Amino acid sequence: MAFLYALPGAIAEGLIWGLMAIGVYISYKILDIADLTVDGSICTGACVCAVLLGLGVPAWLSLIIAFAAGALTGIVTGLLHTALGIPSILAGILTQLMLYSINLAILGGKALVAIDSRSLELLVNMSDRTRSIISAGMIVAGTIVVLWLFFYTEVGLTLKSTGDNPDMSRAQGVNVNFNKVLGLAIANGIVALAGALLAQYKGSANINDGKGAIVIGLAAIFIGLSVSLKIKPNFVVSLIGVVCGGIVYYIVYNFVILLGMKTDYLKMLSAIIVALFLAIPYLKEQYFTKPKDLRPSAVSSNHNTGGDANA
Amino acid sequence: MLKITNLKKTFNAGTINEKTALEGLNLHLKDGDFVTVIGGNGAGKSTLQNAIAGVWKPDCGTIEIDGVDVTNMPEHKRAQFLGRVFQDPMKGTAPDMEIAENLAIAARRGTKRKLIWGVRKAEREEYKKLLATLDLGLEDRLSTKVGLLSGGQRQAVTLLMATLRRPKLLMLDEHTAALDPKTAAKVLELTDRIVTENKLTTLMITHNMNDAIAHGNRLIMMYDGHVVVDVEGEEKKKLTVQDLLNMFAQASGKEFANDRAMLS
Ligand SMILES: Nc1ncnc2c1ncn2[C@@H]1O[C@H](COP(=O)(O)OP(=O)(O)O)[C@@H](O)[C@H]1O
Ligand SMILES: [Mg+2]
Repeated sequence: MAFLYALPGAIAEGLIWGLMAIGVYISYKILDIADLTVDGSICTGACVCAVLLGLGVPAWLSLIIAFAAGALTGIVTGLLHTALGIPSILAGILTQLMLYSINLAILGGKALVAIDSRSLELLVNMSDRTRSIISAGMIVAGTIVVLWLFFYTEVGLTLKSTGDNPDMSRAQGVNVNFNKVLGLAIANGIVALAGALLAQYKGSANINDGKGAIVIGLAAIFIGLSVSLKIKPNFVVSLIGVVCGGIVYYIVYNFVILLGMKTDYLKMLSAIIVALFLAIPYLKEQYFTKPKDLRPSAVSSNHNTGGDANA
Repeated sequence: MLKITNLKKTFNAGTINEKTALEGLNLHLKDGDFVTVIGGNGAGKSTLQNAIAGVWKPDCGTIEIDGVDVTNMPEHKRAQFLGRVFQDPMKGTAPDMEIAENLAIAARRGTKRKLIWGVRKAEREEYKKLLATLDLGLEDRLSTKVGLLSGGQRQAVTLLMATLRRPKLLMLDEHTAALDPKTAAKVLELTDRIVTENKLTTLMITHNMNDAIAHGNRLIMMYDGHVVVDVEGEEKKKLTVQDLLNMFAQASGKEFANDRAMLS
């Protein structure tokens, strides 16, 4: 009974985390970059939104500005990586660290800024779950439609190819570095948008919001794709799957809390889930596949034939 | 068409792994030349193509394509002049994308990409016809992910991609070496047809001396970062594998003890 009572809240919060997971999907799955900026940019979104609401900026406008702020953090990581040659993982960590200071500055040096959710007109709000689900659902749906259209444009296709095969992309005249920056900007913009929604939903922005967000995002992606890829391996279905992954994650999260598990252990649980999903393909390859036929006659149909890289 | 002057490239300079891969190379291709390139392992053949493509900057020398000095042009900008097919069939296509999407990306090489539909309807019809000419049954699989194709099919698609937008120079780097003999022969035949039909200036590296003699109008042999043999026209047509081995012995100053060294 208590579980059923918690369900709408879990769905609303899951939708918001699902939105964040879409951002992670763009960097991790499409660009093939494990972007750790996310833990900082989600908090940037929350901080920007909370402060702007306090200044009397309308909720929808604060979301747009939060998106822009997140995009900026992605650009920083992208430039650290492409213009300064820093490995992408490190670039993300560096930006994340910078963002801790910047987020504190945005909050005016305070660790927490509350949002007056009684008097302000918010899009999502913990005390009105139905409205939250509808608003968050519409924002998620809108984001999916825009991304779906974008990734089928000329620019969008090259963004996909950049992550899929950078050599091929460069040979076809694609500016791979520019695309990485652009992709990271979009990804972190969406992540910050989710952060802003989260702040509205919870009624506050906290400097520690978003710790481990990347792991939650990956968990949502793995949970979602494990089902959606079996249904239809296309872009829109994958994105919907990722959002559903976020919702499932939050339903499980709430269920585990109801079972009496301390919330302190939930990060451990998320990390284990993600570790398992990351390990499964490797374990399958190591222990459950037969040796491949490497005779020359089989080579043309064998996908692992590298030959010499000829670089 | 292509004019390379005094091109030098040393890898890992100043370390024990220092390797001078190009030693002041000069090469001049005329419009419509179909040049086959042979030479032992490590002679610098792939390095030459990477230099032309702009994968890194050479230490010195200049590269001119059709009168444009591209020496300092970044790789993705130079791509407007070049079509490339690599030895590794995995390298030339995006595996997680559809055949049509791969072709569409290639069809826009050298243009400014916009926020308009990435694969138009009319295009798909055109690709269908083009794929049918490959005779590999790909014409009905426009929406198939390229990763599901065989190595030979992928090389054929890459070849289409390299030539879909007419390149000023087509560069093939042992593009049939990873394929089984039957598929290799087919891809080579396809290459010949595309190059002849479009009168493409072509630089084709091969490890097969018979292929090097049978194809193209000109043959160059590389050794130690130089061009050591350059024959064309009637003289090239009359070449035999034995001639090539003799030339190699002369250039390298070594008796050709083991022709595997050159064949591989
Ligand atoms: N990116 C690189 N870094 C270091 N050494 C390289 C690189 N590319 C080529 N070389 C070296 O340059 C020499 C020529 O290589 P390459 O052009 O690939 O020969 P091939 O004629 O067989 O294609 C080789 O000794 C190779 O090891
Ligand atoms: Mg080579």
